[in-house]
Amino acid sequence: MSAAGPILSVQNVGKIFGLSAGFLRKPLILKALSDISFTVNEGETLGIVGESGCGKSTLGRCILQLLTPDEGKVLWLGRDLTTLPAGEMRKHRRDLQIIFQDPLASLNPRMTVGGIIADPLRTLMPELSQKQRRAKVIEMMEAVGLLPEMINRYPHEFSGGQAQRIGIARALITEPKLIVCDEPVSALDVSIQAQILNLLSELRERFNLTLVFISHDLSVVRHVSDRIMVLYLGRMIEYAPRDDLYNDAKHPYTRALLSAVPVPDPRLARARQITELVGEIPSPINPPSGCTFRTRCPYALPLCAEKRPEIEPVDAERTVACHRWREIADGAPPTQHAGASA
Amino acid sequence: MAGITGKDRTLTAYADTLERLDAPKGRSLTQDAMRRLIANRAALISIFLVTAIVLIAFVGSYFVPWDGTKVDWGAIRKPPNFESGHYLGTDQNGRDLLARLLQGTQMSLIVAGVATVVSVVVGVVYGAISGYFGGRVDALMMRFVDIMYALPYILFVIILVVIFGRSPVLLFVGIGLLEWLTMARIVRGQTLSFKEKEFVEAARAGGAKPFTIIMRHIVPNLTGPVVIYATLTVPEIIIVESFLSYLGLGVQEPLTSLGTLISNGAPVAEVLPWLLVAPAIVLVTLLLCLSYIGDGLRDALDPKDR
Amino acid sequence: MANVLEVKDLNVTFSLHDGDVSAVRDLSFVLGQGETLAVVGESGSGKSQAFLAIMGLLARNGRATGKAVLGGTDLLALSPTELDRHRGLDIAMIFQDPMTSLNPSLKIGRQLAEVLVRHRGQSDSAAWRHATEMLDRVGIPEAARRADSYPHELSGGMRQRVMIAMALLCEPKVLIADEPTTALDVTVQAQMLELFKTLTDDFGAALVLITHDLGVVAGLADRMMVMYAGRAVESGSVDDLFYAPNHPYTFGLLHSTPHVEDSGQRLRPILGLPPSLEHLPTGCAFHPRCAFVMPECRTARPELTHRGGGRHAACFYEGELKEKEAAE
Repeated sequence: MSAAGPILSVQNVGKIFGLSAGFLRKPLILKALSDISFTVNEGETLGIVGESGCGKSTLGRCILQLLTPDEGKVLWLGRDLTTLPAGEMRKHRRDLQIIFQDPLASLNPRMTVGGIIADPLRTLMPELSQKQRRAKVIEMMEAVGLLPEMINRYPHEFSGGQAQRIGIARALITEPKLIVCDEPVSALDVSIQAQILNLLSELRERFNLTLVFISHDLSVVRHVSDRIMVLYLGRMIEYAPRDDLYNDAKHPYTRALLSAVPVPDPRLARARQITELVGEIPSPINPPSGCTFRTRCPYALPLCAEKRPEIEPVDAERTVACHRWREIADGAPPTQHAGASA
Repeated sequence: MAGITGKDRTLTAYADTLERLDAPKGRSLTQDAMRRLIANRAALISIFLVTAIVLIAFVGSYFVPWDGTKVDWGAIRKPPNFESGHYLGTDQNGRDLLARLLQGTQMSLIVAGVATVVSVVVGVVYGAISGYFGGRVDALMMRFVDIMYALPYILFVIILVVIFGRSPVLLFVGIGLLEWLTMARIVRGQTLSFKEKEFVEAARAGGAKPFTIIMRHIVPNLTGPVVIYATLTVPEIIIVESFLSYLGLGVQEPLTSLGTLISNGAPVAEVLPWLLVAPAIVLVTLLLCLSYIGDGLRDALDPKDR
Repeated sequence: MANVLEVKDLNVTFSLHDGDVSAVRDLSFVLGQGETLAVVGESGSGKSQAFLAIMGLLARNGRATGKAVLGGTDLLALSPTELDRHRGLDIAMIFQDPMTSLNPSLKIGRQLAEVLVRHRGQSDSAAWRHATEMLDRVGIPEAARRADSYPHELSGGMRQRVMIAMALLCEPKVLIADEPTTALDVTVQAQMLELFKTLTDDFGAALVLITHDLGVVAGLADRMMVMYAGRAVESGSVDDLFYAPNHPYTFGLLHSTPHVEDSGQRLRPILGLPPSLEHLPTGCAFHPRCAFVMPECRTARPELTHRGGGRHAACFYEGELKEKEAAE
């Protein structure tokens, strides 16, 4: 990991969606993201973790300006992408790419593999001739482990894992600096997941990539990330280097999440104490007051309903958003108010 | 363009590989669909019949002994008669029915073909733009379609005829401009659903401009519903044309169409039945076959069984 | 311990327009009373189809042969009407996506009560009461009010609980759960797995857990059966298979599963792709991807043999499975 400094700096990003509630009724406001700030250094992999409704996919798209944030800035190499007109933004797209979750849905069923992989080249590097484009496509296919003879085939003739390799080849072809990986292995079989994760690690080394790795699967995230950010209902609740997070999480949600992840080890699984969370993830349309996690938190106090916790530093590398993180770290017991109703 | 740096050398090596590459053609979705369509017997027979009718209508007139406009004074109101060369009989003016039928079928097919093309082109472009841009643009464009729908089309055609006089071209365009409305709605609906698909997002991440996305990514995926709807529109257009001609607003003498022939044959059906029966059989056959083809296409393009 | 379900030589075939495809071949296993059996495999392993066949829920172009004996009756030999009497009563199944398994236009209480009226002959009011009790039992708060709502008013986790309630209403001897937690969030999944544990203990039902997630298996199952390309390749207790697997595929799966407690060690994936059921390799179906492949594996297919201590494995390799560079 090079200490070359942050190439991506996200500051106080927020995103709101308006949902129509029917004729003549005021639209519902869904605050998908609030006050998200973080930096990513060159060559680093940032893992973004959370369950449904946390806004991680929305965040990935806001970074790439596929969705425009309503608040905040996204600084890429010092320039604020949110204020750029489309033409200017296009110049940066060579360096910013994305890999999607569903491999087959992310490929145009009517285009050949060669056409799909070459597509970004046609738009972003129009100076290349057709022959040069095809040469690059073949180079990329070999880099991701696809046989070049498959270049004229159509997406539906491939399995999920191979289709994801096509998606990866497409993302790499313009030689980007940063790639947002939006749940890239969630839709794949276990044995293929491992192949693709190893491929991503190899490619990251080979091309000196910076990755933003979004996933709900904590086991997978641990394998690829250097630093990890945990989201809950659109807010950042913990941000720490990998080992710190997994060995010594400070936020009650992170701790519960880690204890809930099934471990493929029967003795360990039997010995475990699962911190069971009460209730379900609240609807993002009507989030609880104060700390949005308090309805399920085993350590909730009345204070948590009144005041939303600020993001505080734990040390030079870590931040957390919880009123009671120090007490919990010191061993405070769960309160009687576990699972206070909204 | 091969440079001195190692990278260019590698690329040139790849370029050479690719010339020697034996990359087999993939099996596109269209090919899959064609295979499924041909396996559908009703559709296959219908395709043959329609092709036969089209061929006969356009080529047959060279082989028929009589001309559709020539009057045979010796054979007025005669039933089908093999020796005189009037295979389907003659009408009240002594004109050979077979020749007139061929010419009428030609006219109906041309009207249907041109009107379909007009409706497809206008409908697809309009619907794709409306669906892709969404928001106020979409709302405005669709309100326009809704208003057009509400207008009675006969009124519209009458107005057109009054302004421009009777001409077959007007007929094509007029009917085409009627049919595009539904096509636009269908295309808009499909575009709305495709817009959200990840491969469109991938294209945006690849920097593609909206026009490129619409043309390269969305429109090719629309071919399924568009083709199906177009195939099912053709029978509708033939009926509309027949109706207009029946009312006297369509094709005029000496040109004829299936509709005109039927409208001429209907009042005298008891006395000269062949004048009605022949064009009616052709019309019904065409309509049935096109419906079967449309159904077959819908089944073939529905990728449910994988 | 008595066996509540015995399956012998189960074969499931589908007729597609270019020929027949075998999804499950020669599957035989037993399920003890009250035990939890995990059936593990990836896409194409046949794990779901085997149990759909037992439940009589195969697609129209599917055929099943063999025996599946539940409490003395061979389910595969029954006519659809006879099978109806057992389904829901003695053996029940829940699926991955609760949204499509529930009728969106009927209230939840109604759907549950219907099961009781049909199978137990209860009156409507008694059935409704019983249904509400069951909803409470599966951990749905304000059960009486919820019984009166529609499926779309509940969250994913709640709907899955409703499915479990529906399945357990008649206190079946066997409950089959097909990827029950795959579509759920991690924290909700943890709650669901706890629920399974409690309920199967309370009701004494045997649970068949079909999944691809080894973590879920480790936390819940007593015994485990691994399937590949339609056949069972290994079975035994969970501890045996996790700590000393006999089949290279099981070994490979364990080593390609990322571990949340493990610091980022490199994963050792199984090379190659899952086989296409229409074009299976000769000999052992796993041999093209096997790190321990031997010449005989390409020509002959290993049978499922007893390896002692209730374990079975279908493999020619007798040595210990250790970390090894891939043989290919």
